[in-house]
Amino acid sequence: MRNRLGADIGGTFTDIALEVGGRMHSTKVLTNYAAPEQGILDGIDAVLAEAGLGYGDLDIVIHGTTLATNALIQRSGAKVAFVTTQGFRDVIEMRTESRFDQYDLNLTLPKPLVPREDRFAVGGRIGAQGQELAPLDEAALAALAGRIAEGGYGAVAIGFLHSYLNPAHEVRARQFLAARCDLPISISSEVSPQMREFERFNTVIANAYVRPQMASYLDRLQTRIAARGARCPVFMIHSGGGLVSVDTAADFPVRLVESGPAGGAIFAADVARRFGLEKVVSYDMGGTTAKICLIEGFTPKTARSFEVARTTRFAKGSGMPISIPVIEMIEIGAGGGSLAWVDAMGRIQTGPESAGSEPGPACYQRGGQRAAITDADLVLGKLDPDAFAGGAIILSVPLAEAAIRRDVGEALSLTVQAAAFGIGEVVDEAMANAARVHAVENGKAIGDNVIVAYGGAAPLHAARLCEKLGITRCLIPPGAGVGSAIGFLRAPFGYESLASRVVGLADFDAGAMNALIGGLKATAIGFVRQGTEGAILCQITAFMRYRGQGWEIPVPLPNRAFTQADAGLIRQGFLDAYARFFGRSIDGLSGLEIEIVTMSVRVADQPPAPEPVTLTLGTRSVSAPVSRPVFDPSSARWLQTGILARDALAPGDRVSGPVIVTERETSTVVSAPFDVVMQPDGSLLMLRKEIR
Amino acid sequence: MDAQTREIHLQVMWNRLISVVEEQAMTLLRTAFSTSVREAGDLSAGVFDPQGRMLAQAVTGTPGHVNTMAEAVGHFITEIGRDAMFPGDTYVTNDPWKGTGHLHDITMVSPSFKGDVLVGFFACTAHVVDVGGRGFGADGKSVYEEGLQIPITKFAERGVVNPLLLQILRANVREPGQVVGDFYSLAACNDVGHARLIAMMEEIGLQTLEDLADFIFARTRAAMLARIAALPRGQWTNRLQTDGYDTPVMLVATVETRDGSVNVDFTGTDGVSRWGINVPIIYTKAYACYALKCVVAPDIPNNWASLEPFTVSSPENILNAPRPAPVSLRHVFGHLVPDLVLGALAQALPGQVLAEGAGALWNIHMSVRPVAGGPGRRAEILMFNSGGMGARPGQDGLNATAFPSGVMTMPVEATEQAGPVVIWRKELRPDSGGDGQFRGGLGQIIEIEPAAGHQFDFSAMFDRTGTAPAGREGGLPGAVGRAALDDGTVLRPKGWQHVPAGRRLVLHLPGGGGYGDPALRSAQARAIDRASGTVTGDDA
Repeated sequence: MRNRLGADIGGTFTDIALEVGGRMHSTKVLTNYAAPEQGILDGIDAVLAEAGLGYGDLDIVIHGTTLATNALIQRSGAKVAFVTTQGFRDVIEMRTESRFDQYDLNLTLPKPLVPREDRFAVGGRIGAQGQELAPLDEAALAALAGRIAEGGYGAVAIGFLHSYLNPAHEVRARQFLAARCDLPISISSEVSPQMREFERFNTVIANAYVRPQMASYLDRLQTRIAARGARCPVFMIHSGGGLVSVDTAADFPVRLVESGPAGGAIFAADVARRFGLEKVVSYDMGGTTAKICLIEGFTPKTARSFEVARTTRFAKGSGMPISIPVIEMIEIGAGGGSLAWVDAMGRIQTGPESAGSEPGPACYQRGGQRAAITDADLVLGKLDPDAFAGGAIILSVPLAEAAIRRDVGEALSLTVQAAAFGIGEVVDEAMANAARVHAVENGKAIGDNVIVAYGGAAPLHAARLCEKLGITRCLIPPGAGVGSAIGFLRAPFGYESLASRVVGLADFDAGAMNALIGGLKATAIGFVRQGTEGAILCQITAFMRYRGQGWEIPVPLPNRAFTQADAGLIRQGFLDAYARFFGRSIDGLSGLEIEIVTMSVRVADQPPAPEPVTLTLGTRSVSAPVSRPVFDPSSARWLQTGILARDALAPGDRVSGPVIVTERETSTVVSAPFDVVMQPDGSLLMLRKEIR
Repeated sequence: MDAQTREIHLQVMWNRLISVVEEQAMTLLRTAFSTSVREAGDLSAGVFDPQGRMLAQAVTGTPGHVNTMAEAVGHFITEIGRDAMFPGDTYVTNDPWKGTGHLHDITMVSPSFKGDVLVGFFACTAHVVDVGGRGFGADGKSVYEEGLQIPITKFAERGVVNPLLLQILRANVREPGQVVGDFYSLAACNDVGHARLIAMMEEIGLQTLEDLADFIFARTRAAMLARIAALPRGQWTNRLQTDGYDTPVMLVATVETRDGSVNVDFTGTDGVSRWGINVPIIYTKAYACYALKCVVAPDIPNNWASLEPFTVSSPENILNAPRPAPVSLRHVFGHLVPDLVLGALAQALPGQVLAEGAGALWNIHMSVRPVAGGPGRRAEILMFNSGGMGARPGQDGLNATAFPSGVMTMPVEATEQAGPVVIWRKELRPDSGGDGQFRGGLGQIIEIEPAAGHQFDFSAMFDRTGTAPAGREGGLPGAVGRAALDDGTVLRPKGWQHVPAGRRLVLHLPGGGGYGDPALRSAQARAIDRASGTVTGDDA
């Protein structure tokens, strides 16, 4: 497919990237909240004009959007009726029965998406082995159907206990209600067939909640693109980083949550693949948050659940759990607009409160009074006040200094420069710590990774992050400003199916296992075949643990039919993975039973391998034409630092740090221990001086 | 290095140290077998200086562990002795009076050497599934009946695990594989902390943690003293009646603010019980400090200097029970200590302290087995359940939410996987929150039946069945709890009891007390109460 178009609707901007042959045309337009599809059309018009093409020339449109996420955050979804197992009406309200902050007695937990009066319990019960303990109460269901039909609902969600094992009651209840009320119905065994009722029920409810809105939006989008002459299919990017058809997306819109950030991770994974980098940390820092994702073997790390709409300081547990396959990212409240303050111990803190783009950091001169990360970056000399955003915003050093002095300097008796240094160090340390802990969580070391940095603020902080993590190389690819939209163009047609079945290896039944995998495969392949006829790849993963543990680790299994004799192979696979995960196998566990908890089948086509780029360590030494003093945090001194435009560098040019490479959207700060080398594809490689 | 740069460096190192203990805790969470650790986050991890003063702890901890673990390290240092400490060592105990209050909690301490210089200690604590004896329950007459006692000893010396200790352990507990697995997980968790600390010190070029410790303690102490100075001066006493084992037990606390410290005295509290509901003072202190800290300094991180200004005193009684008193269920009264202390503090700080709530978790330990002669499966199942929290000044209480404990409940689907029981109901209990301008949190109703062909015994660990959680500032009390069978048989709040095949155990968990005059409750809040069915009474 020659002419591929990616469209990413974000919170502030809608990014469009059009790839024609090998050439990229991109634009950013403001997100249009009233009619999001209008923003896309405006953007497409612009890039098509630039490329000299029309709608009829497009071969594929790939779209990702935060609209589903926004609907959950802003509580703007449909009125949902939730039908559940008798005795369990309050699962989504009782949550985990815990407080996400141990010491804050005034904390507020997020309100459930469906209030209690709209949650209906009916008799019928499936047991923990999938057996029926009590038949579905169809009389109650009949009475309920009338209430739902007349209740002004926009959608129905059904979640019964143990439906991940046996969906019969959910399927029957759907049939029954569908015959009596004309509403979209989502069932938990289809949306999220994973064990753990709170997470599964919340996920099916979230799906129902955003479904009418997303279905209508997707329908409008397709119609309007077609009306302008497009004849190509539209595909949606999902949270797991693959493509699904619009029809699938309209039925399972919860899978679109977090699809924008997923695009960024795919973008970084594509950079990793082109350069042949096995271990990469994707680092995206924008205005309000920083996001970090681990990429191994060109594949972003995925998880089986995540939390959306956190209400309090990004705290774990303060949001809603969604259990669907997702590219796993950690997000911390550290962006260019994040505000700095001083706590009761006199410690400098940053975020999560952000000045956003309006009024913005104090230095923007738009009325922002409080000190933000960008203000510190300016005071430390990392930004040129007259060349920010291509000169579109003139930054005020005096305003930045005044804000930092007042918010941080005075409380700690620090000079403005020292206070700015402190702010920078605290935010960089916070990102480094988050990356380190995330790596530990996944049983990985971080020092031998390469960072791929994108987003407006990442190149300003990447060098210091490398220093703190002991990372020696960092790539800043071109087009980083519209990274997610470009990432969409690289996404495979892919789908991951999951099913929870707790099976001890002692009771391993190859036939049952083959049947389970067969079903998952059929589901996943069905979705993938809506988009591609090409060769596809199946990855089988068992999530396993020692019986008694609560945390499962992924164990890759071969893609073939299993026999009884394979129990040994699976056991060994687990032991190897366990040792890998925790650095060593923990002794003393030999007598314990091993069990499989969840099976996953991931099916994806294989996008054509991107043109490989040969990493160059530099063929020509170049020096910067001008310089200015910039503060160097590792030596805590001001260093005369070269200033150079990115587009003045030719492939192979190597510049010795400290130097700042400027471009329209951002600046790359190369600290003293690093050099920077322009790569053949326009990427900047920052690397330790001793690497030659 | 100038003073300004030094300030920034110390701040950054403090953050880094907190990250080190987060990694330490994460390791334990990922590898532990204990249900309470893995599903409920019931663990603690921290780093200490060579004198045993806590520098930082992971925020995952639950209060009963955090503060007790902080004190335990001192005992390890005294008993092992510096001369007997070597790189690669790990020390262990479950001594209730030197660890965290009962035998089920294993505390491990590992010295951290940089070269041959002792730079600090790592400690962690977790609740294991079994320690032998009578099991997790109130029926022991002394600590000797409650399981295997492990005095402070070496789990590993220079990296080599003590085989005799493991043999004794395996011979004495019901789930040897899982318990031994948890011992190794705890040791591994300290190893991770140690490795990260040494990496940090090498990267930064630190030889010792002394300067950093001084900085952390000085900053924390200054913040704590400022908070304490802002408290009114005086003495305030509060009383709280609890169920006890078979007769009610009165708890009494007097909070006294002093120069730079706050003391809680438990004089007047009833005497030591003959049942396993006694509390070692180390655990009482942990929850008293926690309550004070929630009100006085919720934003100040836990370390030696933030805990030091809080002291306790008590004659021998049920909250200061000496060895060899039985203490298995020390958590029940331990969890009621915050309500006891907060009631005194509320007199000092009117308008700032929440109403009483369910307090103690309603934990159930079930021993399930097939009916005599029939097929089936045996299993030990532990469930954590929470009643309602007291209403806050300005907000309703949280429904079915643990306080003061920090644990989470387990999914019903996971519990039913763990053993042959069917949970028929687990939902909010309408009308259980005390009325008030702000309503107390609702309790919950739970119904559990042995799976077909099975029966179970369970250890009850309930309270607030006799005396309701009180309201504050005119708020009404929450509903008392109740334990019964579905045929109406009333059960005791504590001790092992039987649920035969075909019967259901029915638990009504207490609701929280209300806050403020019910007449002031807004019409809108009342409308929501009624529409949601959380309040069904006509007067609501």
